[in-house]
Amino acid sequence: MADKITLGYTHLSGCTGCTVALADNYAGLLTLLDKYVDLKYMPTLADARHIQKVDVSFVEGSVCINDKLAVQEIKETREKSTIVVALGGCACYGNITRFSRGGQQNQPGHEAYLPIGDLIKVDVYIPGCAPTPQMIRNVAVMAYLLLKGTKEQKDLATAFLKPLMAAANEGTSACFCDLMTKVINQSLCMGCGSCAAACPVNAITMEYGKPQGERDLCIKCGACYNQCPRSWFSFDVVSNYEAINEAIMAALQ
Amino acid sequence: MGAELGIYKSCISARSTDKELLKHAQDGGIVSSLFAYALDEGIIDGAIVAANKEFAAKYPAKCIQDSSNFEMIEPWRPIPAIVNTKAELLAAAGTKYNISPNIALLKEATRSFGLDKIGIVGTPCQMQAVRKAQLYPIGMRDVGASIALAVGIFCMENFPYQSILQLVEDHAAMKLESVKKMEIGKGKFWVYGKRGQVVQLPLKVTHKYEQPGCHVCLDYVANLGDISTGSVGSPDGWSTVFVRSKIGDSVWAKAMAAGCFETQPIEKVKPGLELVTKLANEKISKNKKTLEERATFGVGKALRNPYI
Repeated sequence: MADKITLGYTHLSGCTGCTVALADNYAGLLTLLDKYVDLKYMPTLADARHIQKVDVSFVEGSVCINDKLAVQEIKETREKSTIVVALGGCACYGNITRFSRGGQQNQPGHEAYLPIGDLIKVDVYIPGCAPTPQMIRNVAVMAYLLLKGTKEQKDLATAFLKPLMAAANEGTSACFCDLMTKVINQSLCMGCGSCAAACPVNAITMEYGKPQGERDLCIKCGACYNQCPRSWFSFDVVSNYEAINEAIMAALQ
Repeated sequence: MGAELGIYKSCISARSTDKELLKHAQDGGIVSSLFAYALDEGIIDGAIVAANKEFAAKYPAKCIQDSSNFEMIEPWRPIPAIVNTKAELLAAAGTKYNISPNIALLKEATRSFGLDKIGIVGTPCQMQAVRKAQLYPIGMRDVGASIALAVGIFCMENFPYQSILQLVEDHAAMKLESVKKMEIGKGKFWVYGKRGQVVQLPLKVTHKYEQPGCHVCLDYVANLGDISTGSVGSPDGWSTVFVRSKIGDSVWAKAMAAGCFETQPIEKVKPGLELVTKLANEKISKNKKTLEERATFGVGKALRNPYI
């Protein structure tokens, strides 16, 4: 199909959980591949593994800067992609790889891991550990609309992706502490509980209507802060939730 | 129809026809009736509500745990809980006037509680959280499509628990455990005691106890609920109801056909939509002003604006 977008998937230091989350769209993934996306290369799910010129790259994992191949791959991904999407906590914020100190077999010298945004310019973040199948699906549909849609669809996709693009500009570290420094300290928390639900390791409880973090449990994935309605919130997009949900579901029929 | 009331398909004044249920309800019993009906019909298989200590004593497995042990839970502290039956629903009914982090249970509802069709009730900001979770499910895997009915409640502002403690025990001079009902209406904060005593506080007194995070909120009537409801605009014992989404429209039509509610046209009741509109505009313009002040809060430094 001529008007598909081309997609690549670069897999760096990640656990394949992001890959599994993508695959967990089940029939939705097949529809995406049938109608909208031409998957050019991807370890695990495709035969072709080497980086090619594509419209959109998903990158899973952080970059081990002691590994020449990983550094070369992230640079090549940037050079050959129009849009680079950091998929998952490790690519966006380092996540669990932030705790690495090296010393593991069989590459004890691989000790320093950086989120991809520390080495290249990243266009869109999809945080979360693992990112959810639905979030990946929504971004994939919106990326398609952005590149191939009508004027109206492009506007919608731009508005939808805007906060995820802003997140990519905002920084490369995340922690439960973001809730303290950017939400509670800024007098913005209203105690809804989104952060506690979003945390993949149950590090957050709600005490008297405010989040309390077990900071030793926090893996620095960024899910809590990005799920918070007071981190970023677009009335233009969210007020149209019904139409957008319907459009995404219709696209996957 | 102005933007301050959000998008809606219809607006009516309504009251539950279930007399037993009304005894437990804050106003017209809209939320409890809707959920009771939706549970009966299988529209939802459980609902996330704000319960309390008595509920937690009776149904400990249905509550979210924080680090308090049971003895530490105070009267009138809301506890997010899952209800699956009408009895549980009624045990949790009524407005608590302090923060219940209901969204904290949203994912767990689909996990250990096994719900496929969730009902959730919450404030306007919690409805925003629900819709953000559906459109941007960053940490909410397999949750969005399971939300079968989201009912929003009108909200001018909320209070931290400690504020309610201070208002009731210091200002109204009543013990929290002796309070039967709290209510904000007619420009006053009302505290009703179990022995029949009533204390009213002017809202001037309550303002400084409000949750600061509420002061950037630009939604009064839960614009993002499938259905939203609150007492404002309707006569005592009745509630104003906005039916907003396709889901809301379908559930409301079925509940009406089943005789769950008696209604009056909103145009016919006093004080009517005029008051709702007035209060919505008051809240929105006050909080827009707060946002503006935040933009120039320091010297060349702004406080963060969450809205983009």
